[in-house]
Parts: sequence; C-alpha cells; structure tokens
Amino acid sequence: MMTATHKTAATEHLNIVIVGHVDHGKSTLLGRLYADTGSLPEGKLEKVQAICRQQGKEFEYAFLFDAFLEEQEQGITIDTARTFFTWKERYYIIIDAPGHKEFLKNMISGAARAEAALLVIDALDGVKEQSKKHGLLLSMLGIRQVVVVVNKMDLVGYRRDVFDGIEKEYREYLDQLKVRPERVIPVSAKQGDNVASRSERMAWYTGPTALEALELFRKEAARSQQPLRLPVQDIFKFDARRIVAGRVSSGRLRVGDRLVFSPSNKTANIKTIEAFNVEPLPTEAQAGQSIGITLDEQIFIERGEIASRQDDLPCVSTAFRANVFWLGRRPLEQDKKYALRLATREVDCQVAIIHRIVDASDLAHQQGGTFVGRDQVADVTLRARSPLAFDLVHTFETTGRFVIVDEYDIAGGGIITELVHDEQEFLRDEARRRDFAWVKGEVGAEARAQHFGHRSALVLFTGPADASKAFLARKLEMILVAEGRHAYLLEGENLRRGLDADLSQSDTRDTVEMVRRYGEVARLLADTGLIVVSTTNPFGLAHHQVIETIRTLVHPTPVIAVQMSHIKPEAEEPPPGIDLMFAGPEDFDAAARQIVEELKRRGVLAHAIGAKPTFQYSI
Amino acid sequence: MKHLRQLEHQSVYILREAYKHFDNLAMLWSMGKDSTVLLWLARKAFFGHVPFPLLHIDTSYKIPAMIEYRDRLAREWRLNLVIGQNKEALANGMNHTLGRGVCCTALKTNGLKSLLDEKGYTGVILGVRADEEGTRAKERYFSPRDKNNEWDFRDQPPELWDQFKTTFPPGTHIRIHPLLDWTEINIWEYIKLENIPFMNLYLDRGDGTRYRSLGCAPCTFPIKSSARTVDEIIEELRHTTVAERSGRAQDEGRGMELLRKDGYM
Repeated sequence: MMTATHKTAATEHLNIVIVGHVDHGKSTLLGRLYADTGSLPEGKLEKVQAICRQQGKEFEYAFLFDAFLEEQEQGITIDTARTFFTWKERYYIIIDAPGHKEFLKNMISGAARAEAALLVIDALDGVKEQSKKHGLLLSMLGIRQVVVVVNKMDLVGYRRDVFDGIEKEYREYLDQLKVRPERVIPVSAKQGDNVASRSERMAWYTGPTALEALELFRKEAARSQQPLRLPVQDIFKFDARRIVAGRVSSGRLRVGDRLVFSPSNKTANIKTIEAFNVEPLPTEAQAGQSIGITLDEQIFIERGEIASRQDDLPCVSTAFRANVFWLGRRPLEQDKKYALRLATREVDCQVAIIHRIVDASDLAHQQGGTFVGRDQVADVTLRARSPLAFDLVHTFETTGRFVIVDEYDIAGGGIITELVHDEQEFLRDEARRRDFAWVKGEVGAEARAQHFGHRSALVLFTGPADASKAFLARKLEMILVAEGRHAYLLEGENLRRGLDADLSQSDTRDTVEMVRRYGEVARLLADTGLIVVSTTNPFGLAHHQVIETIRTLVHPTPVIAVQMSHIKPEAEEPPPGIDLMFAGPEDFDAAARQIVEELKRRGVLAHAIGAKPTFQYSI
Repeated sequence: MKHLRQLEHQSVYILREAYKHFDNLAMLWSMGKDSTVLLWLARKAFFGHVPFPLLHIDTSYKIPAMIEYRDRLAREWRLNLVIGQNKEALANGMNHTLGRGVCCTALKTNGLKSLLDEKGYTGVILGVRADEEGTRAKERYFSPRDKNNEWDFRDQPPELWDQFKTTFPPGTHIRIHPLLDWTEINIWEYIKLENIPFMNLYLDRGDGTRYRSLGCAPCTFPIKSSARTVDEIIEELRHTTVAERSGRAQDEGRGMELLRKDGYM
C-alpha cells in the first residue's frame, strides 16, 4: 500500500480544505491519509503514540496535526493548519479547518484559500448544523469542487442504508445552493476503510477512495480566457521607471494594448512589462501573475482602480447588492460606517438595506432587521461613499467579492450579486464616453502639475444664501494666488447670463441642464490645471444633488465640498458628501487655512512652493 | 515549473501589500535558504530594489561563513542592513549551556523585541514556512502581535481572498509571512530556477554531511548527506522522511510553541 510513486517530481499545486461539523473526524481523516501513504516524517507517528501512552489516553490520528497543546488537551482543532502532501506528481496543500462553531472565522480563512473541498459527515451523528453551514459557506466562497465523505462507517456496521440516507438528505440540501458534490464516499478514517485503500467491508461501494477522489480534483482553469481585469496595487518610482504594479485577476495583456482605468476613466497604452532577472523582458502577461507595467502616457491613476479594455468595462457605481457572511464579534449594523475592500480598493461604506437573513440549517429566509449577527449570512444592499469599479461575482470572481473591515479587523465577506443603479448613472456614462474620446494636447496633466506646483482640484462651497460662502471663497482664492498657486473663482451667476441664456431657472428640466453645464465648465477648467474655487448657487436643487452631479462630471478631479451654515453644526462628522463644515460668521482666515490644509492632505498641493512637488499620487 | 511561478506571484503580491500598508517595514534575514529566497522575491516584487531594511539578529554564535556571506550580498545587492544584538545578555555570559529555551529567548526573541522597540517597526516580514513545524502551519500571512510581542493563536483574525490584516492598534505590530505556502523542496527548486546564490554549508563539502537548516553553531547539527548540488538536494528531499528541523535542538518537546507564543520568529 505504501508505494513510492509519490516520490516523483510534482509539477502542480492544489489547495484542498477539509471541513465539516465538530467531531465528525476531519483531523482523523487527514492523519490517516498521511499515515497510509507513508507521508509522515520518520518517527512522528511513534512520537505522538508515545505521548498518548504517557498521558494515558488512546492514540488518535487527529493528534498528528493538532499542534497546540490546548488542541490536543481538548481534542478539537482550534485553528486551520496547512499540511503538505505529495502524491502522483501533484503537491497538495491540505487545509484542516476547525469544525467547532466558535472557530467559524478560522474555517473560512482556511476554506477561502482552497480550490476544492472534502466535507466530512459522521455516519452515526448525521447531517448537523455545521455540516450545513459549511456547505453554504463553500458555495459563497466560490468552491465548486466538493466531495462529501461519510465518516465513521464502522460505527453503523458499514450499512449501506445509513449511507444512502445521509447522501440523499445532504444532496437535497446542497442542491438548493446549486452545489453538486462530485461524489459521496463511505469511509472509516479510524479503521482506514476507503481512505487510501479500498474497503472489503463495504463491497457495495464501487466508487473512488478518498485518496482517489483527491486525484480526481481538477486544477482550476486559469482565468486567462476571460476579459482583462488588472486591479492597480501600487505605483512604484524607485528609478527612472514609473511602474504600475498589480496582479492580473483575469484575462491577458500585451505590450501596446490600450487600457482603461475605472472608475477614473483614464486611458493609456502599455509601453513595457517590467520584470527582475528576466531577459529579455516579457511582452505579455496573464491571469494570476503579479506584474508591473509602464505606460506610454503620464496619467494620474491610483491604487484601487481596475484596468480593463474599453469594450469590456467593469461596473461603476456607489451601490450594489450582495450576499454577506458576518464573522465580527459586534453585529453588522445598518447605517454604521465600515471600510469595504474590493481587490485593491478601499472605500467607506454602509449597509443601506438588510433584505433578509439566511438560516443555514434550512436555508429559510427571515425578514431583515437592522443588524446581522455573528456567523449569519444575509442579503444586503451596500452603499459606498464614492464610486468604485467592480463586477458581478458570477462573471468575475476576484473583482466580484469583497471584505468588510470593522475597526482593525476583517469582520465579514461578501459576493456581489447585482448592480444597484444610482442617480448618477446616466451622467457617469456621459462622462465616461466624453473622457474616452477626449482629444489631448501635447502637455499632459503631470507636466502641468510639475509646472504649477499643484494638481487641479475643485473647492465647492454650499449653504444658504447669506452664510458668507462667497466671502470665504474669495478669501481662499486670494490666499492661494498670494501663495503662488493658480486658482480661479468660478461664479455660477456668470454662467447664467451667458452660457445658460437659453435656459430658465423656473423650469426644473432647465436647472438640471444648468448643473450639467456648470459641471462641464468646471471639468474644462480643471483640465487646465487650475484649482477652481466655486460658489455655485444650487440652481433650485438640493445641495447634495448638485454636489453629486458635479463630482460625477469632474471625476476624477478631487472635489472638496465645504458646507457653510448659520449655526454651529451639531454633528461632529460632516454628512456624506461633505468634507468640511463651517458655521459663519467665524474666523475666515482660520477657515481658509483649514481648506488649504485639506488640499495638502489630499495631495493637491505640494507641501512647499518652489521645491520639486512630491505628489502622493503618481503617474 | 508552473507551480513555482504560482508561489512566486502570490509571495510577490503579499510583499507589495506589505510595502503599501506599512510605513515602517523591515524584513528579517538570517542568511538561510528561506529568508534569502524571500530577499530575492523582494527584488522581484520591487524590480531590483529592496525598499526596506533587512534585520539580522546576531546572537554572536552564528557560523562565521554566514557573516561573510551576509556582508558580501549586502554590498553587491546594495542592501540596507540593520544588525541587532542583545549585548547585555551576551556581556552577562548568555549561552546555550544555560538552557536552549533560555538562550533562544534572550538572544533571539529579546534581541528582536528590543530592535523592534528601538526602531518602531510596525510590519516585520519573515521567511517562516508552514511545513517547518506544527505551530507555523497555523500561521496567517499577516499575523498580529500584541504590545508584548505575543501571538494569540487562539484568536487569529480572518484572512480571505488576498485581503489581509493591515490595520492594527497603536503599540502592536504585524508579522508578515510571504513564504507560508512554500515547502522545503520548493525553496530549493526555486533557488535552482532563479540561480540564487546560497551558502555552501547546505552542501556536502567532502565529509559526507551537510546542513539542512542553519542556526547558531552550538545548536545546529549537520545531517548525513552526500548532496553536492542543488539537484542532489532536491532528489534527497524527495526521498527523506526525516523532518527538516531534526538538526535544530530548540524544537525538542514543546519548545517551538512556547518560543513562538512569546514572540519568536
């Protein structure tokens, strides 16, 4: 049985996770698999057996991998262990995940790395809560290759009817999740039946053993046949090269390809694919590779954007619908602020609606309340503070899933099921089409920024008519120009009599058009490299509506929205969409200074005039 | 060699995440095969540059050839080398005869802790691998350490879909492990693939022995081996059933669990 065939050179890696309810024998199965294939280090089995004798307890294969003293004392796995195993030209990294419900977050950490799963069910105990929950989570984690192992067949006298009953029950459950287990195997890990060798005690079973099932798992096909997605991870400038670094999550790219970066809509061609210790430099790259490229044009892009081709763009919105699993100690609360991380993008978000909560035991739906508890799965609508690029999970896995960070920790994960159309969609499409077709001169934004010593930006004042916003705006323009910056006061009133002469302020359709024109003018001025200071009146519309429209049209130029009011605001934090709040009349010099500081913080202003500007954004 | 490139791309991704998220980042380099592969991967990730300091915790008991190798590569690869040493313990005569756990804690764990405290590093990259020993098999890629450098393995943060723990309370730090998924054979396969310079202590130099794992001279023992090339090492490892760290005295009993909980690498 212990053959030497596994000693050949392996050329492929496969990550597998073993999941299932606590005490159903996951670690035992793993230990047995190693022991029966001769994969344990010399003396390991004897060492653990000796410790057991010393402590007066029965030896169990599970002890081989439960490394922590506490795990051995309690007889349960606390945290996921990676183990390595070579069999017939394949390296297996087998992840033993804990089955106790206390350690669900550890199980998920283990399972999220896997390409295939073995789900263990105790023949005597039957299908339990965690058997179901793990099945549900495997489907959410995107693991499609699942083999069910019905363990402890020795305890039910190797009876076929018991096995058939469990198989039927569990298949019916998985069916609702659209998970189809490739096979169901009757096993006794303790006795070694159907683990590495075929059991004579279950002649009625003719399918593969657990070891053969591992061999039958397929390596996931590379996603290089799909359309291109390259999330920008970082921008390096260690030497003369400006390298955009990232990992291709799907598709392929070649030198000379035209890329579109979303959500900024910037475009450029790939000049080179850079690499260390590779001669000559590669001319193409594909899904899975961590690469670095240089572009033929100096464009401003940031970490978090997703590069693709123009004919197959990711979605861009501030909202989407998703299935979320929550692992945090504190519940996921509606309307509370969290950080959302999707590929390399991080953005503030909140749960706008909790549609329903899914009970793993029967997949029944409860009406959603205002929070999602620990280890629950829910269908929610999430709203982000600024637009982000993403995909639906059924089309692109990597850019269709995200995690939610609560304070310092990842506290939940989710998969995007639906794009939620927001109010800005129409204008965003217009801006996208306009940017793709934009005819550029020879002087790029980078050159202008170097020349001016700052990047372009829009400072937008809003508030009631007599809250001194015009006064503060003028003050800010003066201060900026006195410091040597290039600033310009854009007054909405000046547009009304000229550009908007054909429109009437009393017609709502016209006022919407006025805002659109205003946004396009601001976009043009920003393209000249100016810091535009604006005291637009709200054209009879709500302030937040105007701000959002203008943000969409000037995107990705940074917008600093300043809200002025008569009375001191009660809330300490500005409302969504507002960056700074002032209650006028107050110390206008101090207020203007605060805005200048915000411009510095956002990387618009280089910190010192005259010095070579060091922008935190690059390219 | 496709599987090696997969490991490489994952490690490069992790290194870049570390560089992006930690302002005060450093990498531990023991000059052994693993951390030298890690150093090579950093040069891959940052296109020939190593944009953070390399820390060596010098116990003063290292094999002299290791120090020569360290200084040569530091010069040739223009590395920013930072050497930490627990001088006080050494002045008081610390050595392995006082107890292996005691000596490792004083010269390595405490040497590392005081260097981290002094320099205020918030992210430390290490070359530990999951297949080395049991507690390392349970590590995360990004693994938090509390104010006392302790590892709370009972309550590790979730880690999924290449999203790592990169935010942490003041006073704590994160250990980053880009090599977790590599095995000992993968390390040698990669050294061969990329032609990475390594110390010849790993080869049989004529006496029928070689070092399989390198540490302090008094506590590291060579194994019987006639492997004189990387190919022969790989061939030998395919057939061995002896644990990699069997020549490392600190692994005896529960040594590593206790050392690592307390902040050991």
